[in-house]
Amino acid sequence: MNPLAHKVLVADDEGPIRRLIRIALERGGYRVVEAATAREALNAIAIDRPDLVLLDLGLPDRDGLEIIPQLKKAGAAVIVVSARETTEPKVAALDLGADDYVTKPFDTEEVLARIRAALRRRLSEETPSPVVEVGDVVIDLGLRQVRRAGEEVHLTPREYAFVAELARHPGRVLTHAHLLRAVWGLGHESDVEYLRVAARAVRRKLEVDPSAPVLIRNEPGVGYRLMAG
Amino acid sequence: MSSTREAERPSPDALLREAAREGRGRLKVFLGAAPGVGKTYEMLTDGLARRKAGIDVVIGAVETHGRAETEALVDGYEIVPRREIDHQGRKLPEMDIDAILARRPRLALVDELAHSNAPGSRHPKRYQDVEELLAAGIDVYSTINIQHLESLNDVVASFTKVRVRETVPDRVLENAEMEVVDIPPDELIERLKEGKVYVPHEATRALSHFFSKSNLSALRELALRRAAQAVDAQMLDYLRAHALAGTWAGGERIVVAVSELPGSEGLVRAAKRLSDALRAPWTALYIETPRAARFGGAERQQVAAVLQLAAQLGANVASVPATRVIDGLTDYAREARATQLVVGKSTRSRWFELRHGSVVDRLVRGTPGVAVHVLPLAESTEKPRLKPSASAGSGAWGRPLGYLFSLLMVAGVTGLGISIYALENLTNLALLYLIPVMAAATLYGLRTGIATGLLSALAYNFFFLPPLHTFTISDPSNIVTALMLLAVAVVTSQLAARVRLQADLAQRSAGQNAALAGFARQLTGLIDAEELGRTLCGEAGRLLDVEAVFLLPGEQGLALAAAVPPENKLDAIDMAAAGWAFDHCQPAGRGSETLTASDWLFQPLVVGKRALAIFGIARELDDPIRSDQLPLLLSLLDQAALALERIALEAEMAKVSQLKERDRLRAALLSSVSHDLRTPLTTILGSVAELRRAGAADEALVASIETEAQRLNRFVANLLDMARVEAGALKLALEPVDLTDAATTAVHDLKQALAGHPIRLEVSPDLPLVRLDPQLFHHILINLLDNAGKYAEPDSPITIAAQRRPDGLTLSVLDEGPGLPPGEEMRVFETFTRLEGSDRKGGTGLGLAIVKGFAEAMGLAVAAATRDAPRGACFSLLFPERLLVRGNEAA
Repeated sequence: MNPLAHKVLVADDEGPIRRLIRIALERGGYRVVEAATAREALNAIAIDRPDLVLLDLGLPDRDGLEIIPQLKKAGAAVIVVSARETTEPKVAALDLGADDYVTKPFDTEEVLARIRAALRRRLSEETPSPVVEVGDVVIDLGLRQVRRAGEEVHLTPREYAFVAELARHPGRVLTHAHLLRAVWGLGHESDVEYLRVAARAVRRKLEVDPSAPVLIRNEPGVGYRLMAG
Repeated sequence: MSSTREAERPSPDALLREAAREGRGRLKVFLGAAPGVGKTYEMLTDGLARRKAGIDVVIGAVETHGRAETEALVDGYEIVPRREIDHQGRKLPEMDIDAILARRPRLALVDELAHSNAPGSRHPKRYQDVEELLAAGIDVYSTINIQHLESLNDVVASFTKVRVRETVPDRVLENAEMEVVDIPPDELIERLKEGKVYVPHEATRALSHFFSKSNLSALRELALRRAAQAVDAQMLDYLRAHALAGTWAGGERIVVAVSELPGSEGLVRAAKRLSDALRAPWTALYIETPRAARFGGAERQQVAAVLQLAAQLGANVASVPATRVIDGLTDYAREARATQLVVGKSTRSRWFELRHGSVVDRLVRGTPGVAVHVLPLAESTEKPRLKPSASAGSGAWGRPLGYLFSLLMVAGVTGLGISIYALENLTNLALLYLIPVMAAATLYGLRTGIATGLLSALAYNFFFLPPLHTFTISDPSNIVTALMLLAVAVVTSQLAARVRLQADLAQRSAGQNAALAGFARQLTGLIDAEELGRTLCGEAGRLLDVEAVFLLPGEQGLALAAAVPPENKLDAIDMAAAGWAFDHCQPAGRGSETLTASDWLFQPLVVGKRALAIFGIARELDDPIRSDQLPLLLSLLDQAALALERIALEAEMAKVSQLKERDRLRAALLSSVSHDLRTPLTTILGSVAELRRAGAADEALVASIETEAQRLNRFVANLLDMARVEAGALKLALEPVDLTDAATTAVHDLKQALAGHPIRLEVSPDLPLVRLDPQLFHHILINLLDNAGKYAEPDSPITIAAQRRPDGLTLSVLDEGPGLPPGEEMRVFETFTRLEGSDRKGGTGLGLAIVKGFAEAMGLAVAAATRDAPRGACFSLLFPERLLVRGNEAA
């Protein structure tokens, strides 16, 4: 096995799930470490220093949410796995610093794609790129400019701030609260209608077909993500 | 006859109250108009002064609310640690009453008298803890805000619009020393602005209103007035106990004298108006004269009705025995320190007044300093007066035994006199006859006494006055002697009768107090309403010598919950009367003014303005209740009503916590089922995908495993969703949703299932946002699209269209296919309904039911129809206007 390959920690109390993910990950060329409890996961973080943790929220000994900050502090990307469809735990996980989430039952191919994106982002966030390209749209964070098919698109300051915040975390879901705080400031965390209106305006200016958006994806009840890469 | 001497004798009730205080701790209450006036601070300061004076002071419970000045004061004290009470996993610190009792300080500081203890404490209320401390001889300092006083709760709520649930019965403060902690409203508002007033988090909303200046002024006035009243009541007790005569300044007090005469109702109403005008407490007083013993049914009923009316109108009701109405009235007025006396004047003939003198004149003379209101007793309502029943004869004329006894006494005395006379010729032998006269008058009353006096005079005349052995009297001075014997008989019997009445009164009221206290004790332990009914029936039956029934409201109206004797049954008329009494919070049935055909008198148990239960009494062949028993009955019912309310509140609390527990279990079950079913499904689906990628097995087999597993997964998801809908456990997280957003996301997520169907999106991006739960709405769209995909012709387009309408917005999902069976369009939303011949399409028949359940939970309406050209089904969601979010100019 390639000793330089990324190392992924699978923290899930279900043996069959861990086995399945291991097979998929090893097929994708990753090294895999397993943990069945939060305690084991924290030990593995210290000893094996994984690059990414696939974290099931329903661990038997502790609430998965509690250990996200520790995992992040150790420098690992975190993708949360939730068995429930409700959005609250996902939003909470994202707000605690998790990079992404998947819901059971998941498609292993989808999981691999999310892992790839998260790892790539981890690299790019260390050396942030001033220019983000999505399809024929270029978001130039240095020039504070957005171009579509080479032509500059005029955005209001708020619309630009919204796009820029998404572009700083390409491919990652940003929660409503996160975006509202970043664009409108503290105290506006629950004014979701601001976001809806901004997203609508930005799409009209950037999407080829605003009724079939491909740039900015809505995650119902959670947030928005820029479909980069 | 003047009764001044006797009126100054200490009243037994007042002495009892004084005596009860001996050996008991004293309560001092710091009364405030509103939170933040500084009661706790004042209490702590006062306590420190006592501590400096060498008195053993501890803190039982003090809430500093984090105020620095207050906390600094607390440091000077010994604090009895609080006890942690475990309640549903939370630890609540409560005052440790056992620790304080064991510690036995001289004085304990206990903040917030109105506090409710955590369930599982010894007493539900803190004031009960305080009462126990007082009973153990420990002095207590405590604090309370005026709105927590039971009797003022309504008044305060009426103008502040804030009702507090924690109240303290007024009796707790009855013997307490009260100190009003008073600061002007402006200063309090200032303190509030500076954040110096502790306000519980949930109360912040009501705050601005509550702390308005007008409210604070009104509260302040109430507090000051209540403290003044307390002083009055204590002064009254002191007066009664020490029989100090004289007029003391105090508030207005109204006494209305009622009688069996028709027209008394008018007096009662007049007194009520006077009381409203003067804002003074009032008492309806019935003087029970010996004449009342001869009353027939009609008169008794009349008195009882008048007293009941008064009680309903908020009067205290008193029934006092006295030989003459005028004496009873003046005595009571003096003792109760009445300032206003309302009496009726019958339109009697002038002749009657000349003969008897005007009662009113004597009343005015007998009650100096009291305003006497004289109202005519309404003539028109006068019913024919009933003659006193003749059956009372033996009582009026005395017992035959009495006459026999006096005869023997007179004979004995005469014998004794003759023997003394034989020895020496004494002239004042007449004095000997005083013995039988006084004895007979004392023991057997006026008539027997007078008869004995006559007999004695005759015997004396016959045996000792010259000429002997004749009834002739020669010496006029001897006539005087005979008359004197008669006079002695009259005076003695009057005095004796009065003493007997006083003794009766004392005995009866002591008996009533003991009965009430015993009843109250029994009530405290009760935990269910039927038990309370049995206790009430038993006690009332015993004390009033009546048959009793107790009815509680159930799902089908009132139902008999207890009866004494237990075999008592109520017929339709009785039930109607009971129902009326319950609905109107007024007595009904025999002896009342309503539905008198019933043999029972039904009294409601009222708390606030609501009846909680009905208590009925009846007596064989007689009226259910005598007027003198009415006050006792009303007291019993008051106590029972309060106990019943306590029981109801306890039951309600238990029910709420039960419901909470059930909700928690349901949520836990749903989440564990979703976890336990999803986890294996995830493994199966993932493994199949891996197998396929590895190409290690028969492609067709793998594909069928995958399809079936996916179907199972959808089924599980639907079952869970349906369970959430039917359990009513949908928790909505509403936020403004962009319909375009929602539609495109749903289409994206269902891309695979809809493969082959082009999707047309006819949703204008200018539509208003809609306030929805995005997750539930996503499910709705997924289910609708999935359904369309199943029934649409292959490769036919599926359209999502939204339109603005005058009353809101519609969003429809349209397919091109067979449509819906005519007349059964709406049936598709029922659980497990599948259209004819649709089995082969697969599906659980739950999808559309979930759509309906979710939609209705969010306030949307659903509709289904078949359309022509092109033919197909059309499912619509209707968003009412109130869900639309206006003002999208934010960006």
